This record gives sequence, structure tokens and C-alpha cells, in this order.
Amino acid sequence: MSAHHPAAPVGGKLFNLPVMICSLLIAAMVAVLFVRFIFGLGAVTNLNDGYPWGIWVVFDVVIGSAFACGGFSVAMLVYIFNRGEYHPLVRPALLASLFGYTLAGVGVLFDLGRWWNFWHILWPGYANPNSVMFEVALCISCYIIVMWIEFSPVFMEKWGMKVQKKKLEKVLFFFIALGTLLPMMHQSSLGTLLVVMGPQVNPLWQTPVVPLLFLLSAITIGYGVVLFESCVASSAYRMEIEMHLLQPLAKVMLGMLSVFLIVRFGDLVVRNAFGHALQPTLEAFFFWLETACFVLPYLLVGTAGARRNPARLFLAGVAIMLGGVLLRVNGFLIGYDTGLGVDHGWNYFPSIAEMLVTIGMFALEVLGYIIITRRFPVLPRSAAAH
Amino acid sequence: MANQNLISLEQDDRIEAAARRLQMGRREFLQFCAAMATTLGLPQGADAAVAEAVAANKRPSVIWLHFQECTGCTESMLRAEHPTLEKLILDVISLDYHETLFAAAGHQVEAARKTAMTENKGKYLLVVEGAIPTRDGGIYCKVGGKTAIELLKECAADAAAVIAIGSCASWGGMPSTDPNPTGAMGVDKVLGKPVVTIPGCPPNPYNFLSTVVHFLTFGSLPAVDHLGRPKFAYSRLVHENCERRAHFDAGRFAMDFGDDGHRKGYCLYKLGCKGPETYANCPTIQFGDAGAGTWPVGCGHPCIGCTEQGVGFEKPIHAVAKLKNIEPSAFLPRIVEEKGVGASLGSAAVLAAVAGAAAGAGAMVAKNLGLSHKAEQMEEAKKSDAKAEV
Repeated sequence: MSAHHPAAPVGGKLFNLPVMICSLLIAAMVAVLFVRFIFGLGAVTNLNDGYPWGIWVVFDVVIGSAFACGGFSVAMLVYIFNRGEYHPLVRPALLASLFGYTLAGVGVLFDLGRWWNFWHILWPGYANPNSVMFEVALCISCYIIVMWIEFSPVFMEKWGMKVQKKKLEKVLFFFIALGTLLPMMHQSSLGTLLVVMGPQVNPLWQTPVVPLLFLLSAITIGYGVVLFESCVASSAYRMEIEMHLLQPLAKVMLGMLSVFLIVRFGDLVVRNAFGHALQPTLEAFFFWLETACFVLPYLLVGTAGARRNPARLFLAGVAIMLGGVLLRVNGFLIGYDTGLGVDHGWNYFPSIAEMLVTIGMFALEVLGYIIITRRFPVLPRSAAAH
Repeated sequence: MANQNLISLEQDDRIEAAARRLQMGRREFLQFCAAMATTLGLPQGADAAVAEAVAANKRPSVIWLHFQECTGCTESMLRAEHPTLEKLILDVISLDYHETLFAAAGHQVEAARKTAMTENKGKYLLVVEGAIPTRDGGIYCKVGGKTAIELLKECAADAAAVIAIGSCASWGGMPSTDPNPTGAMGVDKVLGKPVVTIPGCPPNPYNFLSTVVHFLTFGSLPAVDHLGRPKFAYSRLVHENCERRAHFDAGRFAMDFGDDGHRKGYCLYKLGCKGPETYANCPTIQFGDAGAGTWPVGCGHPCIGCTEQGVGFEKPIHAVAKLKNIEPSAFLPRIVEEKGVGASLGSAAVLAAVAGAAAGAGAMVAKNLGLSHKAEQMEEAKKSDAKAEV
């Protein structure tokens, strides 16, 4: 990270209301996980043979890692498309990604029935290189390490490790390149997880191009998350919003969104699956809800004038994120039928304990973000108001 | 072992004669001998030895005693339906004394027994069916004025070998269950020496017959375990070769007679099947010659462990067996898998609360951002107005 965009710690007290609330939510999560690791998954979750994946996988891992694509999307913009002006957004976006991915990696462990065997998936003797899960596990593990390396200059600056930082910066381009390649691999593989479920997934979400859809939507969500996070951070820390960066970024986001929507609907038409969206079913309702979320940004920030309003940028970011959430929840849970329409009665709705863990994970991300931005040089200095 | 080659017996007159005597075809007779050798688990070539022995040897004299029993062992032996098996019992051996099958009665029969014992001294087979009452001097079972103990000791004294058939003779069986009013005991306890036992209630007739044919062929009894049971028949648990074993391993159990699992032929372990602690070859040779699957477990009834002392007639039929080799995993799937619960009021409320809180917070952030934007715009407007005025 170059020196002409100096970043600085926000400073301020660490103990305030948001931190306390986050800590309480994390404590609740730890309590639930204590029960889960002693008495097993059945003791706290509503998981069953028909729905072996609940919100711990779909929210904490699949959606959590998609939300964490801000770092990837912005890095791609800055380093691949050489748009250096976005550089001040890289560090905060990378920080959110770092937490998102690290917790997604940890979150997988909660959902593994025999979690003590987790290392088998990466151990040469046990690994199954033909499995899409293997691809996801290996790729996400690598990406987490790569991201910590990408982010480590922040810690080096804080602790005055100038020599090491200089050495690292010489090879950092390699890790940055890896950091843009790896998410492309596993974000699409997360979609492939749906492909291997075959006809159990509703035709609205079961398509050979679902890996592409997941990748495109993850990139789009990445920009949405940056909008969201910049607005929330500046409003929470009472800093000036980097409107001069967010406005063009929103335009880039709309461009990606258009590509996504063209592929999404083109695929539905080509596969003759669009009829499923016109039936009076729960799946069709959620399909339109998802589509509405993806279309909403055009109405909110479609014009240059509208993009000048930070409230609209914020809402557009939220809409994109909600669309991404629904795409994944629809594919993995709502549009997923174990019984193939023959074996009825399979049912899943997250238990309170499951939700407490997912909420706790997000609280952990928020808490980590608060602590690091307050104590480490992440947010742009020029924007710091106090 | 005598002859090793079945082909060398092709033109043997003795084989022809034996087959004729047993009212069998020559081929049928050789097949029977081969089946016997196989049941005994004997190596290749033993079929010829069995055939030669059956054809050539003098039929061994057999004295068959009945004590505290139901005659079920004899009955099942006679109902065996392998071709002409009942003839084999009567023609392969010389049954010189058998209370159920004898036409004669009273002193005549007792005299026949005495004669056979004297004539075949040290060469006859003694088969004992039924437990021996020992309480009060053994007065609870008397034949021809002699107690069972006296009769058994008298006949066993000059026998070449003693075979205890059925669970009663083997270890006391049903008569010896608590409170055991007659003090019923197995043959080995009364004689004070080990004997060959063929436990079962009733035992499989082929296990008995194979033992006799072994004696006939090789002049000795087959290898036995520490309880005197022939190893060829009693070295494996019923559980090991059970046709329902795959269901046990997969965790599919019948939980009730007539339930879904029971109708589908699932494992009967949880209904109290004693197969996992009972040594017998029932699943491999089955029972009653009525075709495939006709043995207790095959018909849907749990094994009661009739061959096993301490299990049969002692453990309640519904009691779950003590597993002797493998414990079922606690993590096996159920017959009817839970299909999950839907939204509860609590979980739906929590989800709604979280969604509401997020929406509220989002709305507040949006409102604040909007307000600051408006203020900024007004300020800019003021500035541009001021500029315009200047």
C-alpha cells in the first residue's frame, strides 16, 4: 500500500455501547457453542438428514464470505484495472474481508459433526482432489493466509517494523495477485456446491452457470459492501464520506450488476426455467424478492444526481447485499428440496441457538472492525474528523 | 482316513449295496455323503472316506436314553426331510434301544438293551436325550425301576462315546431353570467327565447326524470346544452369519412386532434376539428343511438362545442380548429419520426482531446520511448564492 494515501487510527474509547452490545452477543454465541461442542450439533441446531446445512453454513460461510468480497472487488479495481484513485478504500475493505473470511473458516468448524477431523480435508492422504468441497476448503484456507499477509503492513506500521515492511512490500504484488485470483476460484466453487446437489435444487437456482452467477454476484456485493461500510463507518465515527470515490464506485457496481442480471435472466430464458418464476409458489415469491433487491439499486442510484446522496448510496449497498443474501439462501435452503418432491415433510428453520451463533459471528466481525480501525491505521487520515 | 478318491469308488459293489440298502440312487448316496463331509467342514477327499465308511463299516450300535425331556429332539430328527434320512438313522446305525421308536415294551426292551451292551461292549454309542434329575436321590425319573442316574452310569460305563443331544442333556436345559425342583443336570455333570454335546431345543438333526457319521468314518468324535460342542457347528455366533446382519450394521432395527421395520425384515436385536450371544450354525444350515429363510430369525422371531446355557430359558425373550463381538454404534441412523421442525414462535420472533433491528438501524443511518446531505446541499446553495451576490 503506497504512501500517498496515509491511513491513521481513528482513536477514541474502546468501551462504548456498540462494543458492549457486540460483547454480549459474542458471549451468547460462546455459550451456545459450549453446548454444541459438548453435546453435539443435535443439541442446539434444527439440522436433520434432509437439511444437513443450516444457517451456520449458508450465512456464516457462504454469505459471510460473499460479504467479505469487498477487499477482493476493490483490490481488483485498483491493481488489475489500475484505478489507483480507489486506493484509500482498499484497507478498510480488506479489513472487512479479513474478518469475514477468517470467521467463515472458523464457522465451518462449528458445523462439522466430527470437527476434530477437520484437517483431513487438506491432508494429502485424506484429501479428495475431485471434490468441490476440497477446492473450497483449500482455496479459502489459502486466501485467509494471503489476506493476513496483504493486511500485515497495517500492523507493521503500528508497531514500527519498517525494515520488515519494506521487505514485504517487495513481494507483496505476488500476494495481491493471489488475493484476486483465489476468491474467483472459491466464490464460483461455492456456487458449484449447488450444482452437485442436482435436481434437489429448484430450477430457478439450479443451473450450470450458477458458479458464474455466484462469482458475479460476489464481486457486485463486494462493491455494495464497500458502499455500506464506508457510509456506516463515516456516520459512526462522524467522518466525512469519501463521496468522490463512492460515486464512481457505485457506477462500477451498477455495471457489474448489469452483467450479473443479463447472465441471470439469459440463463433462465435459455433453460426454459422462467416459467417456475410465474407459479404461485414460495420459491417464486422469494425469486422475485431477490430480483427486486437486485433491481432496486438502479432506482436508487441510477442517475448521477442520485449518486450524490450518501443515503441513496447506502441503501443501494444494502439492497445489493440483501439480493446476494437471498440468492444464496434461496439456492441453499428455500429452493432446496431433499425429498425431490416425492419424500415429503422435510423441514428446516433455524433454532434460536443457531441464530445466536450467526448473530454472534457478525457481532465478532463488527467488534473486530471497531477495535482495529480505532487502534490501527486503516481508515484514510484525510477523512478523520477528530 | 480311508479312501481319498471318490472316482475309485465308481465301480465299488459296496457303494451300490449301501445305496440299495438305503433305498437311494447311487449318485444320491454319494451326494449325501459329500453333504455330510461338507457339513463337518472336512477337507476334499473326505466325501469318499464317508461313502466308503457308510457302505462298508458295520453299523455302530446305538443306545438312546430318554430322561427329563419332551422328545422334541427325537421328533425333529424324524421330521428331517432330506431324502430317506429317517432310513439313514435306522440303517446307517443300528438303533438297539430307543424308548420312543421301539415296537416292543417292558422287560423285552430292557433285555434288548442289555444284550446290545454286552455284544458291543466298548464299541456302542450312547446318546442321551433329556436332563438327569439328581435331587432326592434322583427319584423323579425312573425307567424299568432304575433312576436316571443309575441307568446313565450303567450304560455309559462300556460306551465308546457318549453324545448328549439337546440342551437338556447338554447342560440341563429347560428342566434346570430356576427353581429347578428336580435338581436337573447335564450328562457331563452326572458322569463327571466331558461328553460331546449337541445343544439346541431341538438341535439341528444334521449336527447330530454329522457327529455320528464322523464317528463312523474316522472312529473318533469331531473336535469339540470347552463345552463339548462340535466346533463345526458351534464355533460361530448366530449373529455372525445372520441374514439380517446387514440391517444390524446399518442400524435398522425392528422396534416392535409387526412394525414397519419388522415387516421390512430389519434386525431383531432390539426385540431381544439372542443371536449376538448364542453359538450355533442355524443361519447357515437353517432348520426344518422347509426351504430358504426357514429358521427362527428368518421367520421374524428373535433367536431365544436355546443352545446357550445362561441364555436360553433363562433370559427373558424381550431382554436385549449381551453383544459378544461387536457393539452397535450410538451414531447409527434411525428407522424413521426425524424430518426437522419448522419455525417455532420463539425462533420466528428472534428472526423478526433481528430483521426489525437491522431495518431500523439501516433506516436511521439512511435518514442521518440524507439529513447531512440536505444540510450540505443547503450550505452549498448558500455559498453559490453568496458568490452570485458578489
